Amino acid sequence: MSIYRTHILVPIDEGTVQAGVFEVKRTLEREIRERGLEGEVRVLETGTVGIVGKGVLLAVYPDRIYYSGMRPSDVALLVEEHLLKGRVPSSLKHAPLDLQDGAKVLHRTGLTLPQKRVVLDKAWKVAPDDMREVLASGGYAGLERIVADRMTPEAVIDEVKKSGLRGRGGAGFPTGLKWELTRNSPGGRKYIICNADEGEPGTFKDRLILEGDPHRIVEAMTIAGYAMGATKGYVYIRGEYALSIERMQKAIDQAREYGLLGPDVLEHGFAFDLEIKKGAGAYICGDETALLESLEGKRGNPRIKPPYPVAHGLWQEPTSVNNVETLANVPGIIARGAGWFRTMGTEKSSGTKVFTILGHVEHPGLVEVEMGTPLRELVFSYGGGVSGGRKFKAALLGGASGVFLPEGLLDVRMDFESLKENKAVLGSGAVLVMDEDASIVDMLFSILKFFAHESCGRCAPCRIGTRQLLNLAWKLRRGKGRETDLDTMLRLAELMCGTALCPLGQSVIMPVRSAIEYFRGEFEACVKKTTEEARV
Amino acid sequence: MNMSNSTVQLHIDGHQVEVAAGTTILDAAKQAGVQVPTLCHHQNLSPTASCGVCIVEIEGSPALKRACCTPVEPGQKITTNSQQLRGLRKSLVELILSNHAVECPTCASNGKCELQDLANSMGVEFDRFEKVVDKRPNDTTSVSISREPNKCIACGRCVTVCNEIQTVNAITMSDRGFDVAVGTFFNEGLGNSSCVNCGQCTVFCPTGALRERSETDSVWNAILDPKKVVVVQEAPAIRVSLAEEFGLDMGEVTVGKMYAALKRLGFDYVFDTNFTADLTILEEGTELIDRVKTGGKLPLITSCSPGWIKFMETYFPDFGEYTSTCKSPQQMFGALVKTYFAKERGIDPADVVSVSIMPCTAKKFEARRPEMRDSGFQDVDYVLTTRELVRMIKEARLDFKNLPEESATDIMGAYTGAATIFGATGGVMEAAIRSAYYLLVGQSLANLDVKIVRGMEGIKEGTLSIPSKELGTLDVKVAVAHGLGNARKLLDKVRRQIAETGKSEYAFIEIMACPGGCVGGGGQPYGCTIADRARRGEGLYREDAGMAKRQSHENPEVARIYKEFLTSPGSEKSHQLLHTCYWERSIQSGSCLELKTHKHAASHAH
Repeated sequence: MSIYRTHILVPIDEGTVQAGVFEVKRTLEREIRERGLEGEVRVLETGTVGIVGKGVLLAVYPDRIYYSGMRPSDVALLVEEHLLKGRVPSSLKHAPLDLQDGAKVLHRTGLTLPQKRVVLDKAWKVAPDDMREVLASGGYAGLERIVADRMTPEAVIDEVKKSGLRGRGGAGFPTGLKWELTRNSPGGRKYIICNADEGEPGTFKDRLILEGDPHRIVEAMTIAGYAMGATKGYVYIRGEYALSIERMQKAIDQAREYGLLGPDVLEHGFAFDLEIKKGAGAYICGDETALLESLEGKRGNPRIKPPYPVAHGLWQEPTSVNNVETLANVPGIIARGAGWFRTMGTEKSSGTKVFTILGHVEHPGLVEVEMGTPLRELVFSYGGGVSGGRKFKAALLGGASGVFLPEGLLDVRMDFESLKENKAVLGSGAVLVMDEDASIVDMLFSILKFFAHESCGRCAPCRIGTRQLLNLAWKLRRGKGRETDLDTMLRLAELMCGTALCPLGQSVIMPVRSAIEYFRGEFEACVKKTTEEARV
Repeated sequence: MNMSNSTVQLHIDGHQVEVAAGTTILDAAKQAGVQVPTLCHHQNLSPTASCGVCIVEIEGSPALKRACCTPVEPGQKITTNSQQLRGLRKSLVELILSNHAVECPTCASNGKCELQDLANSMGVEFDRFEKVVDKRPNDTTSVSISREPNKCIACGRCVTVCNEIQTVNAITMSDRGFDVAVGTFFNEGLGNSSCVNCGQCTVFCPTGALRERSETDSVWNAILDPKKVVVVQEAPAIRVSLAEEFGLDMGEVTVGKMYAALKRLGFDYVFDTNFTADLTILEEGTELIDRVKTGGKLPLITSCSPGWIKFMETYFPDFGEYTSTCKSPQQMFGALVKTYFAKERGIDPADVVSVSIMPCTAKKFEARRPEMRDSGFQDVDYVLTTRELVRMIKEARLDFKNLPEESATDIMGAYTGAATIFGATGGVMEAAIRSAYYLLVGQSLANLDVKIVRGMEGIKEGTLSIPSKELGTLDVKVAVAHGLGNARKLLDKVRRQIAETGKSEYAFIEIMACPGGCVGGGGQPYGCTIADRARRGEGLYREDAGMAKRQSHENPEVARIYKEFLTSPGSEKSHQLLHTCYWERSIQSGSCLELKTHKHAASHAH
C-alpha cells in the first residue's frame, strides 16, 4: 500500500451528483495523471460532508481546505496551484474545514463550525465502499468488542439501555427497551428492521448516513440482531434513494465477504444476514406498522395497535423497527460504552442529533450537534442566519408533522423534553427557516396538501379530515375564507388528533395549531381581506 | 384482589367487571351493561377500526383508544362517555356525513342504515362541514349487486367479509387518502370480477352503498300486464324471514301470510320452491346412490347454492365433476313451470312470467346463466330478494302482520318438512339422508332428526351407518360447510386427500355459500347477525318438526310429476330439464374459460 502526501475527498451525495461531481472527478483524475502526481495524490469518494446547495465540493487533506462550486474548468487551476505549488488559489471558493477537532474558522461558513459528529463521523472522510478504510477508521469496533469481551446479548441490551439512546425517527422511544421487549417476546424468528423510508419533508439525514457510512448500519443491525436473537434484518430504503441503495448493497456484500454477515458472524457462533427492500414512495410507510405491511407485500396501511411490533411484527413475529440515525448511534455506544454516550446531550436526551437546516438560511445543510443545542444556534450559527439579511419569522421543526415556532421561542433547546414543554416535537430533525416575507398561510396550505396526498385513507377522520382542512386552507388563501373557518380548522385538527388511527392523522394538529396560535394575525388578515373585497 | 391469569378485572364507567383476558373494551363494556357507540364495527367481523366512533378514555393514558380493537388490561379505569368523547363523536359523525351522499328517502337502506341511526341518535348538525362528495359512477356491471360509491363510508366491512369470511377476494380498497374506494381487479366492476354474487357484502354494509340489482319494477310491470300469467315461487328461507320485517318475532314462520301477500300483490299462481326442493332430493339422492353403486366420482357435492357454484367454477374447477349435476330447486322449478305446469293448464309458456323470491343475490345471476333455458325460454324471468319482496309488500300497503293465512297451489306448491329445512345449513344433507336411508334400507330412519349436521359450526361432519339390503352395511361419511371460507378449508382437505390417496374420506358434502345457509343469504333483510341467522334456521326446524310428511319421497305431488311427466328420477327427461353442466372461470374476470362437465355426462342411470 502506497503512502500519499495528499488526499482529495470527493463527497458523493444526491446533491453533488446532480451538480456534476463525476465530471469534476474525472477531470481531476486526468489532470493528476497528466502532471505525474498519481503516486502522491489520491482521489477518494466519500459520503456527504453535510453541505447542500453549494455545488460540487472537494476537500483537500491534510491541508483542511474545502472547495465548493467546483466546475470541470476549475480543476486545472486547483491542480496547478494547490497540488503543485502548494497555495490556495483565491479565485476558487474555498474555506478551511475541520469538523472533528473544531479548528478555527477563518471565514463565517456556518456548517463548518465545530460539530459533535458521532453518526456522521466517517461519512465525509472515509470512502464508504473501501472496506480497508472502513475497518482502519474504526468500523465494526462495536462488533469487535462484543466478540472480544464475550458480551452476552443481555449485556449489549443493558449497555444500550444505560446509554439512554432514544428513537431518532420522531417518537423518542427508548431503544434498549424496544430491543429488550423484542428479545423477551416469544416467537420462532425475530427480525430487526432499519427504517430508511425517509419521507418527512425537508429531511435527508438518513440518506446521507446511508450514503456516507453504510457499514455503520450493517454493524448496528448485526449488533441488534445478536442482542435480540434475530437472524434476519431488513433495510427498508425509500425507493428514490438510488445511491443509498447502491452503497448499502455494496456494504452488505462486503460484510458478507469479510465474514461480518452470514451463518457464523466473526466465527462467534451466531448467524445474521441483511436484505434491502425498496419502498415505493408512500409517506405512510415511514410508520413502522405500515412499513411492516409493505414489507409483507401488502398495501402500506398502518396496523391496529396493540399488538405492537415488538410482540407481533413482521410475519407476526417479534420485530424491532429502528430508524437509521438511531441505529447509527449503536456501534459507538457498544465500542466506547454508555458512559461516553451520556457525556453528550442532556440527561433525558443523551447523545447527538442530526439536523437538516433548510429554507431561508445562508448555509443550508446537515449538522450533527449535541442534544439540547438551542434552536437559535442552529439557525444563526450553523445555518449562518436568515439569508439576504432579512428578519426571522418562523422555523418549522420536524417536517410536515412538525410545529411552527416564532421568534420568541428561538431559545428553545433541541431535545425531546424541552421541545415537548413548548408543544413542539423533535420529529425528524428538520429545521425549515422562514423569513419575514414568507407566508405561514401558504406554508400551512402546502403542508395540508401533503397530508391530503399522503393519508392512506383507511380511517375516516384522516381520510375526510385532511380533505376538509385542505379545502379550508385553500379558501383562506384564495380570500374566500370566513371568520369561523379558523375554529373549524382547529376543531378538525383536534378531532383528528383524538380519533385518527395512526400518527399521521394524529399529528396534523401540530402544524395547524402552532400556525394559528402563533400567527393568528396572518390568518385573520386573509379573512379580513375577504370581507373587504366582498364589500367592494 | 382475586385475579387469575385468564381473567382481567377493570372499571368501566364506574362498574367493576371481570372479563376473559384478551376481551376488547367494547365487549367488556357490553358485559358491564354499557353500550359504546360504534359504526364500522360488526360483531361478526374482525375490526377494521376505520371510523373512530368507539373511542374511549383510559385513566392515565393521554391517547384515546378505539374500544372495538383494544384489549382490556388489568385495573384499567375506562370512561366511555364524557364531554370530550361526546363532542368528538358528534364531530366525527358530522365529518363522515360530509362525505356521504345523504339520500335517505330514496335509499334502499332507509330505516335500516346504521349511519342514519347513529346520526339521528346523536343529534348531529348536517351543515357543520362543507359537503365533500366526489361524484363517482355507480357500479352496475353485476346482475346481482350494485354499488353506489357515493354512499360508501369506507368502513371496510364488505372487504372483510369478502376476503376473510368468504375468501372470494373480489374486492379491496383501492387508491389512497380521500380517493379511497372499494374496487375490483383493474376496477372492471363486480360483474367482471371473481365476485360470486353471494351478496354478503350487501348484508354487512352499514349504509346503502351496496344493494341488490332491483327487479321490482319489472315484476310490477308483469303483474299489471293482463296478458301475462305471472307465477311465483319462494325459497324455504323466505317464510322465516318476513316476520322480523313486519313486527313479528325473528324466526317466526309465516308461510300462510306469505302466500296471502303474494296473491294480494297480484301473482296469478303462488307455488313454492319447496316443491322442487323435494324433487332435488329425489334427483340428487338417486345420483348419489348411483355413484356409490357404480364407483362414480365421490364425494358428491350439493349444487343448490349458486354462489358456491360460481366459487367452485372459479377456485375449484377440478371439483366440477364431483359436484351434483342437479340444478338448484329454483332452476328446476323454472324449467318445469314453463313445461309441465304450462302443459297441464294449457297455457302458452311464452305468456308465463316466472318470478322467484329468494334470500339470495346469486340467484339473479343463476337465472341468467345461458344453460338455464331448457324450457325453450329463460326458465326463471325475475328473481327478487327478500328485501325486494318486503318493499313490494310495503308499497302495496299490505297489513302483513294481520293477513289471513292462505295456501299455495298444490301442483307445484306441496312440500314436506325435508324441503323446508333446505333453508338452513345442513338441511339439504339432512333431507338427503332421510330419503337415501329409506331408498337403501326400505324403511325410514327411526329418528328423522339428523342432529349431527345441524347448527352453526363452520364445518360439520359425521358418519352414518346404513344397513342396505343390497349393498350391505354402508358407513357413509358426510360433511357440511357453510360460508365459502369454510368451503375452501374443507375442499383443500378433500383435494389433498384425493391427490395423496386417490379418494376422499367423504361420500357426500353439502356446501352453502352463505354463513348459516340460505337463511343467512345475501338477499336477506339488512342488519342481521350470525345469531339472527341461527334463529331463522331454528324456525325452519320447528316447521319441519310439526309437519306430517317429513321425507321428500313422501311428497304426493313429486310422485305425481314422475308418474305423469318425468318418468323417474334420473330419467332422460329429468336430465334434460333438471340437470346442468359447469364451467371453469377466470379468477380475474369471472368469465367462462372452458366447459368442465357436460350435461348428461355425469349420469350412468339411464
